[in-house]
Parts: sequence; C-alpha cells; structure tokens
Amino acid sequence: MSDIVISVQELTKCFGDFAAVDHISFDVRRGEIFGFLGANGAGKTTAMRMLCGLSYPTSGSGTVAGFDITKEGEQIKRHIGYMSQRFSLYNDLTVWENINLFAGIYGLSKADTESRATELLERLNFTSERNTLVGSLPLGWKQKLSFAIATIHRPEVVFLDEPTGGVDPITRRQFWEMIYEAADGGTTIFVTTHYMDEAEYCSRVSIMVDGKVCALDTPARLKQQFAAESMDEVFRTLARGAQRGE
Amino acid sequence: MRGFIVLLQKEFLQIRRNPFLPKLIIAFPIMIMLIMPLIMTMDVRNVNVAVVDLDRSTTSRRIVSHIEASEYLSLVGTTSEYSVAMEGLEQGDIDVIVQIPDDFERDMAVASPQKISIIANAVNATKGSMGTQYIVQTIARSLMEIRGERSPNEQSELITVQNRFNPTLNYRHYMIPALMIILFILICGFLPALSIVGEKESGTIEQINVTPVSRLTFTLAKLIPYWIIGMFVLTVAMIVARLVYGLTPVGSIGVIYFGAMLFILTISGLSLTIANFSETMQQTMFVMFFFVMIFMLMSGLLTPIDSMPDWAQKFTIILPPRYFIEILRSVYLKGTTLAELWSNFAALGVFAFVFNILAAITYKKQA
Repeated sequence: MSDIVISVQELTKCFGDFAAVDHISFDVRRGEIFGFLGANGAGKTTAMRMLCGLSYPTSGSGTVAGFDITKEGEQIKRHIGYMSQRFSLYNDLTVWENINLFAGIYGLSKADTESRATELLERLNFTSERNTLVGSLPLGWKQKLSFAIATIHRPEVVFLDEPTGGVDPITRRQFWEMIYEAADGGTTIFVTTHYMDEAEYCSRVSIMVDGKVCALDTPARLKQQFAAESMDEVFRTLARGAQRGE
Repeated sequence: MRGFIVLLQKEFLQIRRNPFLPKLIIAFPIMIMLIMPLIMTMDVRNVNVAVVDLDRSTTSRRIVSHIEASEYLSLVGTTSEYSVAMEGLEQGDIDVIVQIPDDFERDMAVASPQKISIIANAVNATKGSMGTQYIVQTIARSLMEIRGERSPNEQSELITVQNRFNPTLNYRHYMIPALMIILFILICGFLPALSIVGEKESGTIEQINVTPVSRLTFTLAKLIPYWIIGMFVLTVAMIVARLVYGLTPVGSIGVIYFGAMLFILTISGLSLTIANFSETMQQTMFVMFFFVMIFMLMSGLLTPIDSMPDWAQKFTIILPPRYFIEILRSVYLKGTTLAELWSNFAALGVFAFVFNILAAITYKKQA
C-alpha cells in the first residue's frame, strides 16, 4: 500500500467558459485529516465530486485509493465514503433501515451489517433510536448518522463536504471526535469546512481561491507563512483576493 | 445480490410509508373502473326528432309511432309546418327533422312517391349521423311492415345483421380494456419517474451515485415494485369488470397477465428514461403527459386505428399501447390465443427490452 491515497495533477473542471476548478495539484497521505478550505463558490465541492467519481474532470489527472479518477470511478466508489453538503439519507426510512441499505449496497453480509450497525449505534449512543425515522431526528444527529454510514464499509478515504454546517458546537465537537477516531483507525479524511477552528484540527490544510489552490501546508506553518495569529486570519488574507462573488 | 435485495426492500418501504401512494394504488383502479365505463360511451341516445307530417295518413302515423317507440329516438312532436320544426332545430331543441310529403301513402300504392326528407343538425357530427341512421332504419322498418301486410308472400326481411364477439354492441365491453391500459399508463408510467426525480430533488440519489451500485441494479430495483403494483391493478380492474359489468375474458387469463407484464415493463422503462433526463417533477410530468396524450389518442384505445389517416396508421407502429390493446380486446372479447397474437407479444417484448436498456444506459452516475 502506497503512502499517498489521493494524488491530483492539474485537475480542471470547466462549465462552458467558466473554470470552476482551475489546474489544481496536491497529494494526500494515508491517515491524514486533510482540510479543504475555500470561500463559497471557490470550487471545493466541484473538486470533491471529481475525486468521488460523481463528475468527470475536463482535464488533468488524479488517483484516489490507487484508481484513476477519469476511468475507474466505479472502483473508487468501493473504497471511499462520501457525505454530501446536503443531508442525503432517506428521511422516510428508519436509522436501522438506512444503515442496512447502505451496508447492503457496499456488499456487507447480513451478519456483518448487524454487528457493524450495533457497534455504530452504540458509539453514537443511538441504540434507542434504531427504529426512529431519520426525518424526525435533529440535524446534528442526522449528520453523525451520515458520517457513520459513510464509513460503514471501512473505506480508505472519507470525503466530507461541510459536515458540520448548521450544527451546534457540542455536536460539532462530538463530530470531530468521530473524525479523529476514524483517522486513528487509518482512514484518510478529506474535509471541507467554513469553521476556522475546525481547520486548526486538520493535519494539513489547503485553501482554494477562485478555483486554484493558493496555499497548502500544516495550520502552524500557514500561520507562520502569513504572519497570522489564527487560521481565520490566514483565510481572510487569501480570500480577500478573490474575484468571484458568492 | 444483497445490494439488489436491500434496494428493493427500500423501494417497498418507501411506497408503504408514503402517506398517499398506497391509497392511490387501491382506490384509483376501482374508481376508474366503476365510473368511467358509464361515462365513456359513444352510444347516441335521446336524439330529439320532430316530424313534419304533411301526409296525415295511417302510414305516416305508423312511422311516427315507430319513432316514438325507439329507445334511441325521442319524439318532440309532430307538426304540419316545416318552419316551426326548423326553428326548433336552429334553437337546438331538435336534432333531426323528418318530413313526410303530401299524399305519400297514396303515391306509394300507385307510383313512386315523393321522397321522405330527413334534416339533421350535424354540429355534433356523431349525433347527427347516428341519429339519421336510426331514423332511416326506423322508417325502413315501418315501410317494410306495411309492404309485408299488403303482399304477405313477398320476402320482407332483406338484410340480417349479426354482431359477433360483442353481440349486444355494448360499448362498455369495448372500453373496459382501454381503461385498463389507461390505468397502467397512469400508475406504472408516472410513479417510477416521479420516484427517481423525487430522489434527485431530495438529493438522496447522490448518496446512491457515490456507492458502487450498478446502474442496472438500481434501475431494476425501481422497476420491479411498479411491476408488481401493475399486476395488482390489473387484478383489481378485472375483478371490477367481472362483478360490475359481467365482463370475463373469453380467452386465457394467463395471456392477459403475460401481455400486461410486458406492457408494464415497457411503460415503466420509458418512464425511468424520461426521469433520467429530467431534473424536476414539473419537467417529468410535462414530458410524460406529452407521451401519454399520444398514447391515449393515437393507439386505438378510444378510436379505431383503421379510421385514421394513412400516415397516422403507420405512426402507430411505434406506439406500445397499440399492441397491448389489440391483445387485451381480442383475448377479452374473442378468446384469441397466444399463438395467434405472437407478433403483438414480440413487439411488446422488443419495446420492453429497448426501453429498459435505455433507462439503465441513460442513468448517469458520473456527469
């Protein structure tokens, strides 16, 4: 197993004349928590969708978990988990039914599903909500459940697109504990966020402005480089230069 | 395989939990089958007739009484003035005027009489032409009777008519198979499309697209529930047809179910294909309606294909309901067998295959 899990060279996505993602290159190492920052409309989600095999790049190349993102999208999907910006579990199914559905799709056997589900529910303190319809759960719980389901098949990489948007501080804290736990288990985390305190938790951070990666390093070194007190300041220094509006 | 099973379970759970769908699936076929056959009738009844009787003879009175006795015609009145009757026709109170000329009876005995004239309001073309036909038949029957009485040796019946397979010319028996097809188009045509587009709108399809599930598996899991629902709808419709209208298939029920299986696959496959190209519910509904209108009006469900213009008849070759309505009507009314209908089944089979492959291919997991 190589040490580089995600590797991207000159990746570009154009919609007509508009380059949503403009020649970005970076590598992500195994077990890292990789923060993928950028203002709204900077191209984070578009880049992430290309890495997940949801969208074809216009040009450039890359591999995720050893598979080519231009040709082997379906193989990539076996090895990754994805949690979209928008809550996208089935609201009209129960917690258990959602877990069972995705576990089944990823090919877990019935017995594996049962043991994995029990383990996840216990860790989330969700055992009592097993038969609750997902639609009636509070947002923070839904997000934790989404994360649990995105990692149900123990993927090599998990892509999280603004997982803590609209979530209260306590749940956010718990959410990040789950992220750390997964990373300790060897799962690589690729996460976008608008919360700069969360950026500080990442092993490395990239900041996208207008479709390009403007900065990429550990939070400590970025702060040093931009002579900033916090990641917040680093972000604002870079994002101020953006041409694109929201 | 387990991926397919869990997806199928999910579809059934979603249909069952939907606050509206289960009720619709049960109530819709029953309502359509109970009400529509009563309304969708091409029988022309209550044709209002006025007789302008200038003859005032036994013959003319006999004609009037025959008109009065007809179950399709209703006599508004007799008059001796044409202008009075014409006024009624213009005002819409009268559909057909029959004018019996002066000395009709006398002339009939000696020489060729003046002709009886029939004037119809043909704004409603069907009612005008059917009304005229009824009157011609009624008068012909009266005259034949009279002639028969005068010279009893002569053969008075010249024509006999026999309506095979639907002996009473019951329009309902002709319409019920068409209604069944309309039910399939509405339920198995719209629901799968709405289910896919619903997932697009709620964003859940993205979570599916990021999993390794194959396009065919996902498409089949969407298809099969509606296939089963279609079979259920057919069963309900057949029970209502039997209990309420006394219509049972002369031919094999198995052939009907086999045809329905292929037809539902076809229509659901089309529905899924349309959904793959649509982003919103409105878009799906409008595109589906476009096809549904063509299916309903051009496949011979309501009007015979044989009376369409030549180019339209050729066009019906690509309309799947055309093949199924032939199957359904001939099995229901004539008892035609599978072997005799093989070309219709083959056509439906091809459509089912093509549309479902198309549905699987046009479903894009990666854009």
